[in-house]
Amino acid sequence: MSLVENAPRHIPDRLRHPLQEKLVRWESLLLAVAVAIFILNSLASPYFLNAWNLSDATFNFTEKAMIAFAMALLIISGEIDLSVAAIIALASTAMGVAMEMGAGTPALVLVGLTTGLMCGAFNGALVTKLGLPSIVVTIGTMSLFRGISYIVLGDGAFRGYPSSFSWFGQGYVFWVISVELVIFAILAVVFGVLLHKTNFGRMVYAIGNNPTGALFSGVRVDRVKMTLFLLTGLMSGLAAVCLTSRLGSTRPSIASGMELEIVTMVVLGGVNILGGSGSIPGVVIAAFVMGLVTFGLGLLNVPGIVMSIFIGLLLIGVIALPRLWAMWRNNAR
Amino acid sequence: MSYLKSREAILFGAIGCLLLVVATRFPGFVAPQNLVAVFTDTSPLMILAVGQMAVILTRCIDLSVAANLALTGMVCAMINVAAPDLPVAVILAVSIAMGAMLGAINGILVWKLSIPPIVVTLGTMTIFRGIIFLLTEGKWINAHEMSPHFTGFPRADILGMSVLGWIAVVVSVVMIVAMSRTSLGRSIYAVGGNPHAAVYTGIDVGKTQFAAFVISGMLAGLTGYLWVARYSVAYVDIAGGFELDVVAACVIGGVSIAGGAGTVAGTLLGALFLGVVKNALPVVDISPFWQLAISGAAIIIAVAFNAQSGRSKGRVILKSAEHAQ
Repeated sequence: MSLVENAPRHIPDRLRHPLQEKLVRWESLLLAVAVAIFILNSLASPYFLNAWNLSDATFNFTEKAMIAFAMALLIISGEIDLSVAAIIALASTAMGVAMEMGAGTPALVLVGLTTGLMCGAFNGALVTKLGLPSIVVTIGTMSLFRGISYIVLGDGAFRGYPSSFSWFGQGYVFWVISVELVIFAILAVVFGVLLHKTNFGRMVYAIGNNPTGALFSGVRVDRVKMTLFLLTGLMSGLAAVCLTSRLGSTRPSIASGMELEIVTMVVLGGVNILGGSGSIPGVVIAAFVMGLVTFGLGLLNVPGIVMSIFIGLLLIGVIALPRLWAMWRNNAR
Repeated sequence: MSYLKSREAILFGAIGCLLLVVATRFPGFVAPQNLVAVFTDTSPLMILAVGQMAVILTRCIDLSVAANLALTGMVCAMINVAAPDLPVAVILAVSIAMGAMLGAINGILVWKLSIPPIVVTLGTMTIFRGIIFLLTEGKWINAHEMSPHFTGFPRADILGMSVLGWIAVVVSVVMIVAMSRTSLGRSIYAVGGNPHAAVYTGIDVGKTQFAAFVISGMLAGLTGYLWVARYSVAYVDIAGGFELDVVAACVIGGVSIAGGAGTVAGTLLGALFLGVVKNALPVVDISPFWQLAISGAAIIIAVAFNAQSGRSKGRVILKSAEHAQ
């Protein structure tokens, strides 16, 4: 969905001071927002500044952020995957079926990850082999994957996972540091290195900026895109393991609407929804911002649906404000 | 011959086959009376789908239609509770105006700030639903609180079909004329077909996209009142996830997500196809839990089909080299 750009391109006649360059970067602004929210929260509620409460707050975003990292790469490459929440549902259902058949914890994790990977492969094949637009394909698979969950489970639920399985979502590595938080931190580093320090990462940016140009420069565009869909599927499978383990049960409506929050997190992190730019540190800070906002509002007894208004406003606001600012500056000049 | 290969003909055939298969086991399903009932049941989907079609034609997408429907429907119900004697004509006018206003919010953000439509409408989707909660604090408005003429209007019978069905017919006819015979309709196709060329022919791309969002919003608002009145209940989650059915109807109907290609007739048949499937499932004793997966599969098949038929026959040197590796 390309847009006709009307704004003239602004070419600076000299470079800005490096410090100034750092200060006006998206990530710096976002970090300032995160700090402001942190301070506001600790002023608004006396229960906020408590190690255990803050540790609980991280569960608001760890699972979503796992997927958001892979989604960020996918969006930078110019594609999108709206089926991630449905993949969680299907992977969780597959784990439930395996559990009924008497699978142990290692087998359950394997089933979850494999299901995610297979769903990602299905999306990727439709997009790269048949050349279909990812947004429609994944709207379709979103119904398909969750639909299969509904067929298997109906209005029932799986529960009674083995107690060792609860380690992933409920376990702590050290004091208040949960297993999920550690997984989140490791993945942040892995994806950060992958995107910013490897050939593969450069290819992702190249594809997002100009797929034809990338193809002419010898990038195997389809193969890279396929890998990204596989990664997104795998991360959704991992999130399914964590979420199922944390909730201790599977219903077909699990994680419904989560794709929206994940896309919001990625866009809030400064990734251009049209592809071509964005960074992993931005997504990490965005994860904290969203987690702090929902947790802070929760402490103030704001109901979930009202929080979704904030998320929606945040999503539109973070994109609209810089553009309004640019328009205002152009008019003033 | 090419006439037979058109998307409309194929869909028409598919719906015919579907009805035939069901009829072999349950002849009652194809009785005229039941077919009219299926048509009426599909009417909201048809009305929303032709609005969505206009938006998709301009290379945008409107994911907020179901939330717009729910918010406008709730406001209509609240107006009815506050002023039970207000005539239906006023309610209809309010619903259309309010829907258009919500659509205009999407349109303005896309037009003036060039924010990608998927981001805008994902955002407004959650915001609209949230506003319903703020308005009602999560309370429902039930049948006994609504006045009889408010709930009776869409169900009133004219010549064997309910008013709801007739409204779908009228909307379809208006949209067919608007898309093929007015300059706005032609601009919508031009903008989606080639935005740059459209600019050079003097069409304002942003403004046309704005108009498409207003059309979609207007129809969503209208459906909001009809939906709430038909089911005699209004709450936060009505028509939850319905936007996917609406997009599915468009895609199945042959509307290209890349913009510029698609017809009102195809979209209507796409909606009817989903409607027949939905109504046939319980009849042939398949659990309604299958419906989600079936519509998902239908979207994927339809979009694969769209891509095949739309593929140009020109020489693609680079692609073949890529596959030869």
